[in-house]
Formats: sequence, structure tokens, C-alpha cells
Amino acid sequence: MTLPQHLQLHIVSADRSLVNETVDEVEVPGAEGYFGVLPGHTALLAVLQVGELWYRQGQEKHYVSVAFGFAEVQPDRVTILAQIAEKADEIDPARAGAAKKRAEERLAKSTVDMDAERARIALLKSLIRLQVATRARIRS
Amino acid sequence: MPSLIDLRRRIRAVKNTQQITKAMKMVAASKLRRAQERVLSARPYAVQMQRVLASVASRVDPSIHPLLAVREPRSNARTLVVTITGDKGLCGSFNTNVIKAAGAYIVEHPMPCTLGLVGRKGRDFFARRGFAVLFEQIGIFQKLRYDDARAIAQTAVEAFLSGEADRVMVVYNEFRSVMTQRVVVYQLLPVARADVDATGTGPRPISPGSDPTAQIDYLYEPSAQEIFNQLLPRYIEVQVYRALLESNAAFFAAQMTAMDTATKNSAEMIGTLTLYMNKVRQAAITREIIEVVSGAEAL
Repeated sequence: MTLPQHLQLHIVSADRSLVNETVDEVEVPGAEGYFGVLPGHTALLAVLQVGELWYRQGQEKHYVSVAFGFAEVQPDRVTILAQIAEKADEIDPARAGAAKKRAEERLAKSTVDMDAERARIALLKSLIRLQVATRARIRS
Repeated sequence: MPSLIDLRRRIRAVKNTQQITKAMKMVAASKLRRAQERVLSARPYAVQMQRVLASVASRVDPSIHPLLAVREPRSNARTLVVTITGDKGLCGSFNTNVIKAAGAYIVEHPMPCTLGLVGRKGRDFFARRGFAVLFEQIGIFQKLRYDDARAIAQTAVEAFLSGEADRVMVVYNEFRSVMTQRVVVYQLLPVARADVDATGTGPRPISPGSDPTAQIDYLYEPSAQEIFNQLLPRYIEVQVYRALLESNAAFFAAQMTAMDTATKNSAEMIGTLTLYMNKVRQAAITREIIEVVSGAEAL
């Protein structure tokens, strides 16, 4: 069996299709840690964590922030079904920064468990967004 | 022969109607644009999810999750038919088509059916005829949110899991283009294992290696059980949400087309009436002239 040379990466979020391209390598934030995918990877179904996803086309790396959802890997194809996904250059650092501050404040004073959990996730999301946004700036 | 005044009145009435239909057409057009955007952007996610799920479901044992299990036919098995219509009328055959399709499904299938009704028009139709109704959702199309779809999906899943329904079907209008809508009858539960049925393999042989591509199971992270617990309910929600969005866009498209036709028809009617009125007026004038002339001759 010949191994495929490339991966068809398809990232869709709940409200749009984000990326549909041929790529060489992908790294995905899975629920049990980041994992890399090269062409010919065995079939895998994983739950996504809040995190930073990148994919490589030749020498060029692209970053996307994703949160919750599923990743399906086949030898020649990767499909990301994310609840939220944003490309690095679409993220507004100011907004993400404000969200981070809000989440930190809520986390500092909240006592009810449910609220704290939500604030923690919000904080995580904003941190990832900020991180991904920085990557965009470095590159441009 | 109707009098001139009556004709004028009728023309004015038709003109008023035309103004209303024209305005409704404009409103429908602007609402359609937003609804269309939403459905088009929601489609890729729903389609990809369906593809992933069909491919995964064909490789696992259906007994891993209750939502995948096809049940043995029972004597008292029931089908839940979720019918999605509009809340309002004046949209051509939009509602009638869905109601007809749902009715045909109920008649054709021997299993007794329970109904889930979304949209006022379908509710009015079926409730009046005394069908068994499991749930109804009215007025959600004014401001369609994902939570509405979630509520409907949860009701359907609960009915399925409790054994109240052995199958869940969804009947709705799919938005093909502004001019065309298509009625879709779609099996929501148990989750259809499309490619297994398509290849006709039926119950798969358990022996490994007979068909290498189909037999390779996925690696699961964390566990298959946990993934299905998350993936399947979400899948149902997304499919319901998509059906609602499709129906919503199709509704405005149908309304726009219907109102456009109505506006055209009233323009035509105004034309005929005006022509007729002019004829009547001319006849009256001619008659008067004849009266004057013959009166003058008599002198």
C-alpha cells in the first residue's frame, strides 16, 4: 500500500467552513494532549480540547485557535469539527485581552463551583486566542 | 353592466392588495437574505459531521451506544414524525407540501406514529385532526437559536431512549434555491449507517482481514464510549438545527415567490379592469351623444 503524500485538511466550525486545503502536517489539541498528524496516519477519532492547532504547507505554518469538538483522522484526510475556531489573523487581541481580564476577575471572586468552571474555560479560551494572535504578528 | 363607480372601487381595492403583497415580498426578500446566509454557513459543519459519523458508525458495533442501535421490529413499535412547517401562511404551497409528505408517510407505514410539530401551521392541521402529538414548538422561527434545536433534539432522543419511539423521522422543506424548495423525509434516529447499507454488505462478517479498508477500526481518544457519548447527541442537535434553518430559509423563499406572483397577478387584474372600465365609460359617452343628437333632431 502506498502512503499518501499529503493531507486534506478541512476545518469547520459551527457557523462556517474555515480551512479546506492540502497540507503536509497538522498538530491538533486533543483531549489527552497535543498530537501531530503526518500523511498516512492511522484512522483516529479524538475529542478536542481548547487549544492551538497548527498546520504546515511546505515551510509555512498557519495557526488556528480551536475550542471543543471532534477531530477525525484518516490516512489522507483530517476533518476538524470545532464548536469555535478562529484563524490567527482574525483574532482581535484587544477583545481577547478584555475577556481574559474579565475571566480572571470572575475567577478571583466567585465561590460557586459552576461559575468557576465557566470562568476557567473562558480564561483558557482567551489565553489561547492571545497566544495564537501573537503568532500571527510574529509572522507578518 | 357594472357601473363606472363600482369598477373604480374594485380597481382601487386591487391596487391596495397589490401594495400589501409588494411590501410583503420586500420583507420576505430581506429576511430571506439573512436566513440564506445562516443556512449556507451552517451547511459545511452539518455535512462534514454527517460524513464523519457515517464513516465511524459503519465500523463500530452498534451496541456500543443506544442511539446507534436499530431495534427489532415489535408489534407496538412507534415512529415519531417531526414535522417542520412555518408559523405563518401566505407562502404558496410551502406548508401544504410538508403536511402532505408527513401525512403520506404516516399512511404508508404500518407502524403507529406520534407527531412532533414545529411551526403553527402544521400544529393547527394535525391537532385539529386528532393525531397523537408528543410535543409542539410554536413561534421559534421569529428568532431561531441553537437552543431551540437542542430542546427538540433532546425531546426526540428521550423519546427514543425510553422506547416511546423506535424511529424518529424529520420532515421539512430543504432550501435548494430561491425558486425551489424540496420536501425531505429524513431518518434522524437510529443514526443511519449510510455506507454500510449502500454497499449492501448487511451484517458484517466478524472475521478480520476480509476487507481491509472497511475493517480498520479507529483509534479513540479518550475512549470510544466517551466519544460517542459526546458526539452523538451533538450530531442530533446539529441535524435538527440544520433542518430548522433550511426550513426557515425555504419559508421566506416560498413567501417571496408567492408574493411576487400575487403582485404580478394583481397588476394583470388592474390592467383588465381598467380596460373594461374605459369601455364602459366610452359606451356611456357614446350613448349620451346619441341622446343629445337625437334630441336635437327631434326639435
